[in-house]
Parts: sequence; C-alpha cells; structure tokens
Amino acid sequence: MNTREPGVAGRIEERVLAKIIVVTSGKGGVGKTTSSAAIGTGLALRGFKTAIIDFDVGLRNLDLIMGCERRVVYDFVNVLNKEATLNQALIKDKRTPNLFILPASQTRDKDALTQEGVQAVLNELSRDFDYIVCDSPAGIEKGAQMALYYADIAVVVTNPEVSSVRDSDRILGILQSKTRRVEAGEDPVEEHLLLTRYSPARVQAGEMLSVQDVEDILAIPLIGVIPESEAVLKASNQGMPVILDQETEAGQAYSDAVARLLGDQVEHRFLEVQKKGFFKRLLGGK
Amino acid sequence: MSIFDYFRSKTKNASASVAKERLQIIVAHERGQRQQPDYLPQMQQEILDVIRKYVAIDQESVNIQLENNDHCSVLELNVTLPDR
Ligand SMILES: Nc1ncnc2c1ncn2[C@@H]1O[C@H](COP(=O)(O)OP(=O)(O)OP(=O)(O)O)[C@@H](O)[C@H]1O
Ligand SMILES: [Mg+2]
Repeated sequence: MNTREPGVAGRIEERVLAKIIVVTSGKGGVGKTTSSAAIGTGLALRGFKTAIIDFDVGLRNLDLIMGCERRVVYDFVNVLNKEATLNQALIKDKRTPNLFILPASQTRDKDALTQEGVQAVLNELSRDFDYIVCDSPAGIEKGAQMALYYADIAVVVTNPEVSSVRDSDRILGILQSKTRRVEAGEDPVEEHLLLTRYSPARVQAGEMLSVQDVEDILAIPLIGVIPESEAVLKASNQGMPVILDQETEAGQAYSDAVARLLGDQVEHRFLEVQKKGFFKRLLGGK
Repeated sequence: MSIFDYFRSKTKNASASVAKERLQIIVAHERGQRQQPDYLPQMQQEILDVIRKYVAIDQESVNIQLENNDHCSVLELNVTLPDR
C-alpha cells in the first residue's frame, strides 16, 4: 500500500520509493534498537509495508528485540555479498502483518558494509516497501554514517543526560553534511528528536534535563517523549516490541510518536508527574 | 513525594540547570568548529611542521581557530612554546 503523494523523489523517479528512516544517536545504549523496533512495528500497524534493517554489524540485537532470533538464516552481509537474495534474508514478522526484518550479521567484520552494497539493497527494498527503518549502530564513525547516508528522515534518539545530548548534536552535524541528500543538493534530511528514558519526577526535582532544556539545545522538532519504563525491559525479555503493549505508557508514547511521524497532530503525554490525592486537590489539580 | 520534598525541590540548586548551561557552551563551541573549512586540519598540520623545524612542540600546543564575524573572518593561531 502506497498512500503517499509523490514528493521530490516522486517527480524524479517513475515509481514512488520507500521513505528511509534512520534511527540514530551517537551515544550507545540510549534506546535506538528499542525505538527502531517500536517505530517499524507502529508503521506496519498503520498499514505501511515496512522493513527494519539492523545496521549494527557484529552486534546484532534487533532480532532479539523483535523475537525472531531463531529464524535468522541469512543476514544483511550475506545479501551484500550475493550469498543470499534479499527475499531469502528478510524475515516476515509473525505478529504484525506488513512487517519484515533484515538482521545484521553476527560475526563478520565491520567493513563488510560498503556504500555501493548498501545502496543496492536499499534500492531493491525501495521498490516494494513504503518505509525502511535503519537501526544505526552507536558512534559517529563509519557504521553510523553508513546507516544515515541514504536517509530521508532521521529520528535522533536522545536521553536527557549531558553526553547523550552532546552526541546527538554531533550526529546532527553529520546529518547536515554527510548524506546523499546533501551531496545531491536535495532537501535536507528531515530531523526529529525522540527523547527516551524520561523521568518527570526527576525533572521536577531538578535532577534531569527537561524536554524544554533538550529542545532548547538541539533545536529540532520533537517527535516524542518515551518515559523511563519497566515495560521496556519486560517487552525485550519476551522478544516483543514495546509498542504492542498498549497498556503501558511507553507503548502508548511510541504510538503517539509514530502518529506524529505520519503527520498527525497529537498532544504529548506523560511529561508531568502524576500528582495525586490530597496534594492534587490542595494545588488545584493539573 | 512529601510536602517537604515538594518545597525543597523548588529551592535546591538544581543539577539539571548546571547540565544545561554546560551543554549550551560545549555544543555552541563544537558547532563553530564544524563550520570550519575542510583545509583547516591540514593547514594546522603544516604550520605545526614548520614550527617544529625550530622548536620542539607537540600536537596539542598548536590551536587554530577561524572566527566568523559579520564582515570578516579572523584566523586565530595559538602556539604554546615549551618552558626553557
Ligand atoms: N524507555 C525506556 N525505559 C527503560 N529502559 C529503556 C528504555 N529505552 C531503552 N531502555 C533500555 O536501555 C537499554 C538499551 O536499549 P537499546 O538496546 O534499545 O539501545 P541502543 O541505543 O540500541 O544500544 P546500542 O547503542 O548498544 O545499539 C536496554 O536495556 C533497554 O531495555
Ligand atoms: Mg542497538
């Protein structure tokens, strides 16, 4: 299903190509894989044919988070080396229709990804997918640069903490200079801030940077705020993207972020401490 | 949260505001460096090599910055010479 209007790409190309989304951060362990799994699943749930690609060569984890680790036969590098076709390597998700996963290789060296190889795979996928979500490795070196080079949209995953914010700013610098879009003189990569592991109580106590603080510094539009939540660990234990658990705040917050990515106007939730009882009444609510 | 915590949190010297200030400074600095022309590192290396013909200094002793003002750019060269 392809419901998008032909954009800039549509005018040049005959067919409507997939939109390529990179989930990136610079700093490690901030929630890129968790977010890639959630966003990819969310897009598929909205009816878009979506592939999530693990770019973390040597350290694949997306398969575990998606719960398909036992179904991996071929991987991204096998496809690049023409040892397998794309169709052989793509894993069809068992829970969500329209969703496919391309796992990273576990053992090969990081130089296995070449620019031409990546481009060939993305081109082939672009033909029959609506969205391609690229789960970037940590860092600002080659692997991370490869994951973001072909992107149309970047989701910059940031924790409300100094080193993560600084690294996000560095990634923004790369997004503004080292991408196919910049080099081709096209519109720049669309940048979105996804603030994760947010704790309103700690923000209120003055111990954690607030949403506003991070927005002030990075100065890019906010696509979502995912609260610090036990549900994320629980979901990863089960190999299920947390967005499928709509009972939880994290799951709901990811759904909101996907809706905003698709252009819906959705109010931000879970930004305030839930005040309760006596105190709430004393302060007049809210 | 108790009533005491509530008022304490308002008056405490919040570490988050320190974090924000530090980030604003470092990010502004790093953005400035990013906008520097590509030839700068190479030029820095060559200047370093020239100085090294005369004085033994290391990489960190040379600092080159290009400041862009409204009308002009200023190339600032800082060389720390060793004590003698
Ligand atoms: N909103 C959240 N609340 C609580 N824990 C979270 C949240 N988001 C992520 N985590 C936890 O943080 C850890 C790192 O998450 P994840 O693997 O998604 O990060 P990453 O950025 O992909 O890491 P890497 O840089 O190593 O690829 C995991 O243990 C995950 O469960
Ligand atoms: Mg990861």
